[in-house]
Amino acid sequence: METEDDLCHNNWGSSSSKSREPGSSDGGNQTFAGFTSQQKWEDASILDYEMGVEPTLQVFDEMKASGQANVDFLQGVRAQAWDPRTMLSNLSFMEQKIHQLQDLVHLLVGRGGQVQGRQDELAAQQQQLITTDLTSIIIQLISTAGSLLPSVKHNMSTAPGPYTGQPGSALFPYAREANNVASQSQNNNNCGGQEFDLPKPVVVDERESHVVEEHEMKDEDDAEEGENLPPGSYEILQLEKEEILAPHTHFCTICGKGFKRDANLRMHMRGHGDEYKTAAALAKPNKESVPGSEPMLIKRYSCPFLGCKRNKEHKKFQPLKTILCVKNHYKRTHCDKSFTCSRCHTKKFSVIADLKTHEKHCGKNKWLCSCGTTFSRKDKLFGHIALFQGHTPAIPLEETKTSASTSAQRGSSEGGNNNQGMVGFNLGSASNANQETAQPGMTDGKISFEEPFSPMNFDTCNFGGFHEFPRLMFDDSESSFQMLIANACGFSPRNVGESVSDTSL
Amino acid sequence: MKKVKQIRVLKPFDLLSEELVFIILDLISPNPSDLKSFSLTCKSFYQLESKHRRSLKPLRSDYLPRILTRYRNTTDLDLTFCPRVTDYALSVVGCLSGPTLRSLDLSRSGSFSAAGLLRLALKCVNLVEIDLSNATEMRDADAAVVAEARSLERLKLGRCKMLTDMGIGCIAVGCKKLNTVSLKWCVGVGDLGVGLLAVKCKDIRTLDLSYLPITGKCLHDILKLQHLEELLLEGCFGVDDDSLKSLRHDCKSLKKLDASSCQNLTHRGLTSLLSGAGYLQRLDLSHCSSVISLDFASSLKKVSALQSIRLDGCSVTPDGLKAIGTLCNSLKEVSLSKCVSVTDEGLSSLVMKLKDLRKLDITCCRKLSRVSITQIANSCPLLVSLKMESCSLVSREAFWLIGQKCRLLEELDLTDNEIDDEGLKSISSCLSLSSLKLGICLNITDKGLSYIGMGCSNLHELDLYRSVGITDVGISTIAQGCIHLETINISYCQDITDKSLVSLSKCSLLQTFESRGCPNITSQGLAAIAVRCKRLAKIDLKKCPSINDAGLLALAHFSQNLKQINVSDTAVTEVGLLSLANIGCLQNIAVVNSSGLRPSGVAAALLGCGGLRKAKLHASLRSLLPLSLIHHLEARGCAFLWKDNTLQAELDPKYWKQQLEEMAP
Repeated sequence: METEDDLCHNNWGSSSSKSREPGSSDGGNQTFAGFTSQQKWEDASILDYEMGVEPTLQVFDEMKASGQANVDFLQGVRAQAWDPRTMLSNLSFMEQKIHQLQDLVHLLVGRGGQVQGRQDELAAQQQQLITTDLTSIIIQLISTAGSLLPSVKHNMSTAPGPYTGQPGSALFPYAREANNVASQSQNNNNCGGQEFDLPKPVVVDERESHVVEEHEMKDEDDAEEGENLPPGSYEILQLEKEEILAPHTHFCTICGKGFKRDANLRMHMRGHGDEYKTAAALAKPNKESVPGSEPMLIKRYSCPFLGCKRNKEHKKFQPLKTILCVKNHYKRTHCDKSFTCSRCHTKKFSVIADLKTHEKHCGKNKWLCSCGTTFSRKDKLFGHIALFQGHTPAIPLEETKTSASTSAQRGSSEGGNNNQGMVGFNLGSASNANQETAQPGMTDGKISFEEPFSPMNFDTCNFGGFHEFPRLMFDDSESSFQMLIANACGFSPRNVGESVSDTSL
Repeated sequence: MKKVKQIRVLKPFDLLSEELVFIILDLISPNPSDLKSFSLTCKSFYQLESKHRRSLKPLRSDYLPRILTRYRNTTDLDLTFCPRVTDYALSVVGCLSGPTLRSLDLSRSGSFSAAGLLRLALKCVNLVEIDLSNATEMRDADAAVVAEARSLERLKLGRCKMLTDMGIGCIAVGCKKLNTVSLKWCVGVGDLGVGLLAVKCKDIRTLDLSYLPITGKCLHDILKLQHLEELLLEGCFGVDDDSLKSLRHDCKSLKKLDASSCQNLTHRGLTSLLSGAGYLQRLDLSHCSSVISLDFASSLKKVSALQSIRLDGCSVTPDGLKAIGTLCNSLKEVSLSKCVSVTDEGLSSLVMKLKDLRKLDITCCRKLSRVSITQIANSCPLLVSLKMESCSLVSREAFWLIGQKCRLLEELDLTDNEIDDEGLKSISSCLSLSSLKLGICLNITDKGLSYIGMGCSNLHELDLYRSVGITDVGISTIAQGCIHLETINISYCQDITDKSLVSLSKCSLLQTFESRGCPNITSQGLAAIAVRCKRLAKIDLKKCPSINDAGLLALAHFSQNLKQINVSDTAVTEVGLLSLANIGCLQNIAVVNSSGLRPSGVAAALLGCGGLRKAKLHASLRSLLPLSLIHHLEARGCAFLWKDNTLQAELDPKYWKQQLEEMAP
């Protein structure tokens, strides 16, 4: 525990000290700040799952009102879920590694003071060195955490991160800052008193409600398309995949529990002793920026996914504005869509906030396109149809069914027709989607897979269409008339599909 | 060998090539009975005729399998005579005429559903035109079926009230080649559907949006259509100045704009609507809410090439008319029907500028006097059509000038005017006169009519409604001189007897004969007409008490083209009615007799007339006829009208007109 504390110490210290001394290397700090806020945002979405466990526990904590006991208790509860011995060996391995790294950093700190002149090249080398080491620790950490996954079913999001991975996860967000630690070690001493004060950018973010952030987030992500910063006028930062996907940002230095918000951490800290209950400790860390400091270099972010348009290696690189953007972009574009709408069981999302937004309106959208996309407003549907070739308004099933009730034959035939139409149009739209991505003009415009909106649309629409209508087709295929049509006309969905795609092409 | 040769010689028509026969058939096709006798000449003629015919208008949908098997090259199928067209009938059409069919009219038919339409759409891949008007039960799902007919170019959906934007959207996406679309009275369709139609179907030339709840919004898209020629916006109350304010367009192709009855459209909206339509030829502003003043006329600045303008029912000022004359001096047609505020000054200043005027309608412009007519006659020598019903202030001398100056007149409506025999003498010099209406002209006599009979040999239509000065003599001169007569109305000319009918029977092209309220005509005269006028399609014998079953028997035997008959208040009994069942294409029948008809006989007659679409009967029969029969007939496509008015004694004609004038404002 001591080493971890030290490390955290260093890190907190360095980042906070850096914040007092802006200009020289805010890069790392910014990363950190952004990252924490990102975490917090993530927190909002995962919170739902976690809620079930945490609050009750917290209540329990307070009832017990003892510092260490609750940790024990908690660990006792959690310990049932995995084999602690394996975990322990893993952790001690990591501890060893961290010690090594710590030594290295110490060395660097010592040398850094002597060779001030060549600091720049040295710093680069050192950074590389430390990053490599840290990365290996992170990988280890992730695999340790990953080993828990099968055993932890519902508590997945709560259990492994904070407890198993505490030393590593406390470290890895600050990978970049090891460098700062090296260059600014002289400030280390000052920060002892405020080791739990988080750097101010976090505080700024903290003030905003996560709902607002969500929206901002989306807006920024979308609006960014229009931003045209000349290359070189901003600093490009790139987080690693693991950093992006990490669930927690704030960790208790005593018990290692992870939090998404600093405020929650501070509340938690009260349990560790009276010294954390002082007004000063509980107060929000204040902003301590130096007035009249040099203008900060604009920061933009790069997606770690190679080949992505948001990756800095891409020819037409378009940077992401904030860490929130990075996080959402990465999840939406490069991760599985693991959240399925509980109402329609069709739409899938990788960002839980997207799912929530969808669920709010799911079922209310009665304006349906043949591609499966639904709209809450008729004019939006017509705008969509006007924009895309081959899409057509889909007549709601109720109407077909009401007419079916008036005359059986009529209804069945209508249903049949709808099927053919639907299947046809689905094929049509699928080919369209491909075509549109193939067209350079289209990719430059609104429709591209880069945009968070469109891939979701195209994927789900086709699935949506197929999910909804074949069912109906089978239902109806029993009616003799449908068969009659299909047989007599030599009519198969495929034909229609072809013809539609012909016209649309 | 010799025998074979002889046989060949016996068939001289073998020498005629198919193409030549087809050319001959093209020339005789206007008359259906001629074609019928041609095809009955011999086997080869029968086959040739079957091969030649392109358009069919069957009387019963039951015949479809047979006639479509015979006429394999049918491209146009008009089912307006078949009130009941089932899905089966449509699938027969699809199977038998499949790819050859190009046009189908179902505007008067019912009983079919989306299933039939689907088969049609899938089988008739070359279907270019379909008329589905009056399919009031048609829903969006059915419209989606219509959208399967990909090659559709002309589509009419008038009065499909259940349709919404969704259905129109399906059609817009499915039928990309549409160039003529009529959505008149589709009250469920709004801006979105129409807008999508304009976005998706770029070839639209004619668009009828009358009585749709659209606003100016969709016009922004519509007026971007490159080929739009006709735009009809009659009764679109949602089209107002505000929604047209930002309209900027350059629709050079637009030729015709109908903005009649657009109550919320004033000259400001009209200005923006006309701003880009520099080549507009026809403009209809009938029943427009604003006064046609100088300001209003200034909105026509951009459309100086205008050829036709309709201002029916508008209030106009002399200044406005003058300005129209100055701005659009190439106008060929002007309609000011029922513009009660038109004065001599205004009309004179308008027609003075319009040397090219061909058609003028000043119906019910009651303030006009001889001055206007003189000005018209002097300024517009090319006038072809003049309608001036009820211009009662115009003195009889004015008509002398019309005959002298406007020699090219073809259509002349002088109903309810002061014209006399001298006027008719002058008019008889209009040699190409085709339609002459002299209803309620109490000053004319046989003498005047004889001038017409001698001069106007091209007369097709003559209306003598309540022109009581006319007797058999006048009619006989007409019948002698005007052998092309197709329509004649001698209603309430009480001196007319059978003699007139006998003389009229010389006009073998007669199609419409109205002799309502002629007490002196009998079945004998009617029989004469029935025997010789084979084309007779409409006949009105109401209030002719001497007409009895004998006349109807003659009609039933000879007039096989009769479609409409009115024998109310005659001596006709159920025997005569029953005989009418012999006429296959009879559609409308009116027998409002308060007595003399037994319900069973009427029931039998109604059942016999298989193609009946409308029956007007006395209300007392409603309860006497079996309900199941009425339901059966309604299901067959027949609509019933129940009347219970009793016969009123005929008034003296002079007194009648006096009463009419008192009623008029």
